[in-house]
Amino acid sequence: MKLRLAIEELHRSENHLAGALLAMSDRHKADHEIFHVARDIARWSQDHVRALADIGQEFGLDLDPEPEGDPTILEKTRQKASDLMGRSSAPGLLLLADLRHIYREASGTSLDWELLAQGAQGARKKELLELAQRCHPQTLRQVRWANGKLKESATQVLVS
Amino acid sequence: MRRTDRIADPWGTRTPYGPGEDWPTRVDSYLADGLTEDDVDRWVQSATILHSNGDGLDIAVKDDRIVGVRGRAVDRVNHGRLGPKDLYGWQANNSPDRLTKPLIRRDGELVETDWDTAMEAVVGRAKQLLDEQGPSAISFYTTGQLFLEEYYTLGLIAHGGIGTNHVDGNTRLCTATAAAALKESFASDGQPGSYTDIDHADVIALYGHNMAETQTVLWSRILDRLAGPTPPAVVCIDPRETPVARAATVHLAPRPGTNLMLMNALLHEIIANDWVDAGYVEAHAVGYEELVNRVQNYPPEVAAEVCDVPAERIREAARVIGTAERLLSSVLQGFYQSHQSTAAAVQVNNIHIVRGMLGKPGCGILQMNGQPTAQNTREAGADGDLPAFRNWSNDEHVKDLARVWNVDPMDIPHYSPPTHAMQMFRYAEEGSIRFMWVQATNPAVSLPELGRIRDVLAQDRLFLVVQDIFLSETAQLADVVLPAATWGEKTGTFTNVDRTVHLSEKAVEPPGEAKPDLEIFIDFAHRLGLKDKDGQPLVKWSTPEEAFEGWKDCTRGRPCDYTGLSYDKLRGGSGIQWPCNEEHPDGTERIYVDGQFWAAPGYCENYGRDLVTGAPLSPTEYKAMNPGGKAVLKAAEYVPPHELPSQDFPFQLITGRTLYHFHTRTKTARAPQLQKAAPEVWVEMSAGDAADRGFTEGDLLEISTPRGRVEAKLRISGIRPGVVFLPFHYGYWDAPEGREPAGKRGRAANELTLTDWDAASKQPIFKTAAAAVKRLEKADGPSPAPTTTGSRPVTEGVPPTTGGEAALATEELVSVSGGAR
Repeated sequence: MKLRLAIEELHRSENHLAGALLAMSDRHKADHEIFHVARDIARWSQDHVRALADIGQEFGLDLDPEPEGDPTILEKTRQKASDLMGRSSAPGLLLLADLRHIYREASGTSLDWELLAQGAQGARKKELLELAQRCHPQTLRQVRWANGKLKESATQVLVS
Repeated sequence: MRRTDRIADPWGTRTPYGPGEDWPTRVDSYLADGLTEDDVDRWVQSATILHSNGDGLDIAVKDDRIVGVRGRAVDRVNHGRLGPKDLYGWQANNSPDRLTKPLIRRDGELVETDWDTAMEAVVGRAKQLLDEQGPSAISFYTTGQLFLEEYYTLGLIAHGGIGTNHVDGNTRLCTATAAAALKESFASDGQPGSYTDIDHADVIALYGHNMAETQTVLWSRILDRLAGPTPPAVVCIDPRETPVARAATVHLAPRPGTNLMLMNALLHEIIANDWVDAGYVEAHAVGYEELVNRVQNYPPEVAAEVCDVPAERIREAARVIGTAERLLSSVLQGFYQSHQSTAAAVQVNNIHIVRGMLGKPGCGILQMNGQPTAQNTREAGADGDLPAFRNWSNDEHVKDLARVWNVDPMDIPHYSPPTHAMQMFRYAEEGSIRFMWVQATNPAVSLPELGRIRDVLAQDRLFLVVQDIFLSETAQLADVVLPAATWGEKTGTFTNVDRTVHLSEKAVEPPGEAKPDLEIFIDFAHRLGLKDKDGQPLVKWSTPEEAFEGWKDCTRGRPCDYTGLSYDKLRGGSGIQWPCNEEHPDGTERIYVDGQFWAAPGYCENYGRDLVTGAPLSPTEYKAMNPGGKAVLKAAEYVPPHELPSQDFPFQLITGRTLYHFHTRTKTARAPQLQKAAPEVWVEMSAGDAADRGFTEGDLLEISTPRGRVEAKLRISGIRPGVVFLPFHYGYWDAPEGREPAGKRGRAANELTLTDWDAASKQPIFKTAAAAVKRLEKADGPSPAPTTTGSRPVTEGVPPTTGGEAALATEELVSVSGGAR
């Protein structure tokens, strides 16, 4: 059974997505909505990491339940820098680049949930399927957020 | 006839009545200088503009000066009553420090100039930027205090002429969540309630709405029901012990930032006890299953922990609401300016949908407005919407608007939602917005994190135009200041929360060279040479009445249909509720009767957003979710607030309005009775918190957050422990420093609030900052906070707030048969 691989891969990509959202949040501290919402929805991925580590045990996996943290000092420095930078220069292009990155990462993660759900269905692993049904909608919301935000921000950045 | 001190008794004499009866008429009036009604030369029809209630009144004129006001007995909203702000606030119109000439900045100083020079400077800079960068450089930040005709003209100029997406109003701070919540649930703005629902309701629930202070006359109506036979039960959700809380059957005082948790628990109980109208939900709503699943995880015990409210009290509130037969709900800033505002406000709609309590007498929802003409900003497209509730993401709607305006659809920006106020300031901060025209509002006091806002507004690269009646804190930072006429000095219409449209007529001439806002906008459009597709002037009207006729055309067939209204029809009588058209020539009291919504995918104003991320739904997603145009039950998970108390900042800071002042006090502080009633900023704290620190009533405290410091005298009030409250109106225009704190401590509450907003409604959050307090000086007397309101002291020895001889107003009880004047 290759379900283990799918769980492992999702655990990795959710961890990565959480980290990417937090890093993006720190880079755009002066863009307050990005700063706060990216943190709010990074929590979803962190929650998925814990849930996957938990269910992974049943499949003989030993995954770290603690989402990869962000070193606090680095985080603060990044926030401070972006706070200062964000008020004096035009960081719009960086924002667009970050949103594109999150969109791709979250879309990939969404695809992996798709895979896991298909496998769980085939193997009749009810709990695993329920986990996918619980988590996947949140991943899709992360995708839509990046897409919506990109659409909203793009015009001003590109035409001014 | 009796004379009463309406500072000491803001709600006036009780006129009790029972369920289903007419609210008795009581005509309030106040005339200055010992004048009597016999001295008045003429009475001019208008309505109130210092809060959002929309009370009908007449302006008294003597020797071409405003000398007083009298409530309109025939008016459907107030039945003749007026609140303290209406009785005394008009005096500001006559202030000697009104702006009477345009000002322009020369060598760093604002100096007087003529209109031609001022307007050429404005138009010249706009043209230059349009050539250099295009419409993305230009922005308009308007208000909730102009008239419908003015908003519509502004929207046309900005969206249809210049083609900028950057148009919003300070209604973003007061009512954006009301609009967003209605759009989420019903896919369209417009209030499902009527004020007459108070006459019928058996339960009235006020969510974060201190109605006693924000809409005093509406609160009088509730007090009269409470004093009559078979009074309604009142449910109050507010962390302060407001007059509403003191009158309530059940009062819940949740921790700031936890409203959604509490609402989810209430819905959990309502569903668990099957207080649900299953037939209604089945026939008229989508999303019930998702709601049931979501609130399953929010039993009262969980909410009790998070909100710090006893589980039993939550159950009791749910029981009162869940077993109501005619439920009226009202929501305001306690929800709108707090964390997860849209999600929490939407749950109030959800309660009404699952209980089938819509479109019937007594079954209303009032997603309230904080400002008198906020509803018009939304309707007319001068905030983040297109006119007449057209859907920016529906190409057909844009095409239709382009037809009305005779412009190309491509010229109306609709590539993304219109830019909201906080984002406009962000764009100005990073330099891509380089022209900002502010009207009748004062962001240098009203927006969060004032230090930052002052920096943004003071930038050299930003060309700031301010159109106002006084030299406000913001005006002092402007490049050009345009003196405007105000209420009583110009004609126009405006609409209140229950969709009642009033006409407000010009009573006197504006001072000096001040001009009506409509004239200023039209002059700008002509000077800029804005044309339609056929090369004709884009703005085709020059008077308010012509603008109103233009607006009527724009509303044809839309939910806010004004086509049956006219100035003549509004003259003489009372206000009229939209929709008003051929089918409903006398207006419409209740909408959404029998579950008929305006939510069909092709017709609706909005497809909604994700309540946590704010991501808009696409037309396809909406169509799949709600093909039949039903009400939408939208669930949301609780997310903790973004700034929580810590060791360094152990308190939660909330801010709010006072009964005696309105929007940054520019008018109300110039009315002596109002100013005397609440002369200085204060800070409220609970008795336990004060005792723990050894503080006593009147101590001078410093309140600080990571963003700034404020000095205020302590009022020990009935606020919940762990929370401190600052009234948000106090700025600097009447302080020695003029426009900003002179030293390191200020007095404006927004020195302290954080920059954060609800992702769905984009309304700034003013009610969840973490704060520290320390004592600067021991008391030399009690705090100057009012004793009549939410700041009522819980300790002895504070003299009561009174207005004395100068505040004596007249009340006349008029029997119904005795006739209205």
